[in-house]
Amino acid sequence: MQTGLNALFAAAYLSLVAVGLVLIFGVMGVINFAHGELFMLGAYVVVALYTNLQMPFVLVVAIGLIFVGLVGILMEFTMFHPLRDNPLGGLVASIGFLMVIQASITIGFGVRMEHVPPVTQDVIILSEKVRLPVQRLFVILSAFVCLTALWLFLKKTKFGWALRASAQDPEAAMLQGISTRTVSIIAMFIGAALAGVAGSVTAPVISVSPVIGHSVIVSAFIVIIVGGIGSLEGAVLASVTYAFIHTVITTFIDGVIADIVGLSLMLLVLIIKPTGMFGTQDRV
Amino acid sequence: MAFIGLLTLVLIALPHGLSYSQREILVVLTINILVVSSYRLLTLTGEWSLGHVVMMGVGAYASALYSKEWGVPVPISMIIGALTAGLVAWGLSFPLFRMKGFYFLIGSFAAGEIIRLLWKRFRDPFGGPKGIKRIDPFPDIDLGFIRIDFFDPVNYYYFTLIIVVLCLVILWRIEKSLIGLTFHAVHWQDKLAESAGVNVRDYRTLALVISSTFAGLAGTLLAHYIGTVNPNGFDIEQMVFVLTWAIVGGTTTLYGPIIGCITLTALNEIVLRELGLEQGRPLIYGLILIVSVLFMPKGLEDVVKRGVAWAQLQIVKERTNGV
Repeated sequence: MQTGLNALFAAAYLSLVAVGLVLIFGVMGVINFAHGELFMLGAYVVVALYTNLQMPFVLVVAIGLIFVGLVGILMEFTMFHPLRDNPLGGLVASIGFLMVIQASITIGFGVRMEHVPPVTQDVIILSEKVRLPVQRLFVILSAFVCLTALWLFLKKTKFGWALRASAQDPEAAMLQGISTRTVSIIAMFIGAALAGVAGSVTAPVISVSPVIGHSVIVSAFIVIIVGGIGSLEGAVLASVTYAFIHTVITTFIDGVIADIVGLSLMLLVLIIKPTGMFGTQDRV
Repeated sequence: MAFIGLLTLVLIALPHGLSYSQREILVVLTINILVVSSYRLLTLTGEWSLGHVVMMGVGAYASALYSKEWGVPVPISMIIGALTAGLVAWGLSFPLFRMKGFYFLIGSFAAGEIIRLLWKRFRDPFGGPKGIKRIDPFPDIDLGFIRIDFFDPVNYYYFTLIIVVLCLVILWRIEKSLIGLTFHAVHWQDKLAESAGVNVRDYRTLALVISSTFAGLAGTLLAHYIGTVNPNGFDIEQMVFVLTWAIVGGTTTLYGPIIGCITLTALNEIVLRELGLEQGRPLIYGLILIVSVLFMPKGLEDVVKRGVAWAQLQIVKERTNGV
């Protein structure tokens, strides 16, 4: 039970990061290597404004969302738009961006781990052995809220329609009078903002350091492959599956074996069905 | 010819104008040139791997273990180590070449990372996270009248330089041979090549095995120089460096990745270090990466090509003016 709850917590922030990554890949066709750093940036917004300036936590999370979303738009303008016909170039540019963010944070805050005091120390005791810190519950709830909001946005609004259309077929979408540029900017904002929120709400639970993005991006890659590239539902479901398997193995055997199993799972999916569990089309 | 002679002189004289730590960087740079050049051979077939540095690690670990555990003499263990890397690559080609393009990129990352984590997990024989220490150094050569001590970076630099130049000649010959031409065909016209009777998968496998063998050799050169190997030395960050050297330099020519490697290493290790920007180094390096893919999408090699063309034009103009 306790392991299940831990897994749910891991799945919550992982799915936020992975869905953002899928969204950006779907619309712009570029792999954002710096996505883990956007997560890290979200966590440092909390360090700067909540730990150091004592601003209310909810406000800080909202600022984290908007700030990291804007960083996403900055990436679109400076890198992904000029390099739209050059997928490998976009990849390298995002690696460059990753280094820039990481170094800036290191210069600004130092390499040591930052401890963010938890907003609340309350623990919900579900039974003798099962405890759920409210802070973790908050992560799970915010992931749920964000993903539901995104789902409604994509399925119910006009922008959502346009976004899905451009992900499916950019040229046909353009013929329908959809501005794919606007759509790219919106997708980039949402994708980055989701990673930012994930980083912000998770910051009090984990120890924040400039290198936390690395493990997040690897897990997110595994998840989007297993779930099927381009499938948002697949990404969420794969996050839950992966987080559960990973947490169980980490608890009962050890963390490195859990990583090996996760990567083997990804390799297996790539060998058997490269489009993943929910992928619709082959993008080779 | 004059150019080659001049280049040889510069390469021989180079270490004498440098400080001790810069000489050590020079050795690593020479080894990295082999890594990035062998990587380019694979990219000829159109596939970009993220597991190349791990293949280098396979060579390093294998040679270290052969010499340490089984007492194989170092020069021989280096050769078997390199071949081991080729063999591992051959084994990996079966799952990996079910994929292409982006999937191959991610698949090679997964495969490489699994190998790396196995080194990390199994203390016996791989030494766990701390890796293998006190690897036997390359033996001294005693010619009677002169003793060459390979602990000295200058001597080891000459040694790696000879090996690397030999490897580059081999790589160049491969590219110009029928096999190399087929690699190009596999990249640009794989359906056509297939219908002309070329086994596309076999050629992809061949490219992967050859490039991994050379990467493995580079790994053994490194292992017997610095004397230790550990899993973090071959992680994705190192791979990213190799990838950026290749892309910033350009991969259509043999010299492209080499220029990329030399320029970025010199910039990172010498210029930025001299400026004393220890923490700002990755920041400037990252900015340079972004700027170079934005404004030089064809890589440094294109700048060189245009420079040469411009110079030739000037010469022609001067001559015609004189007439």
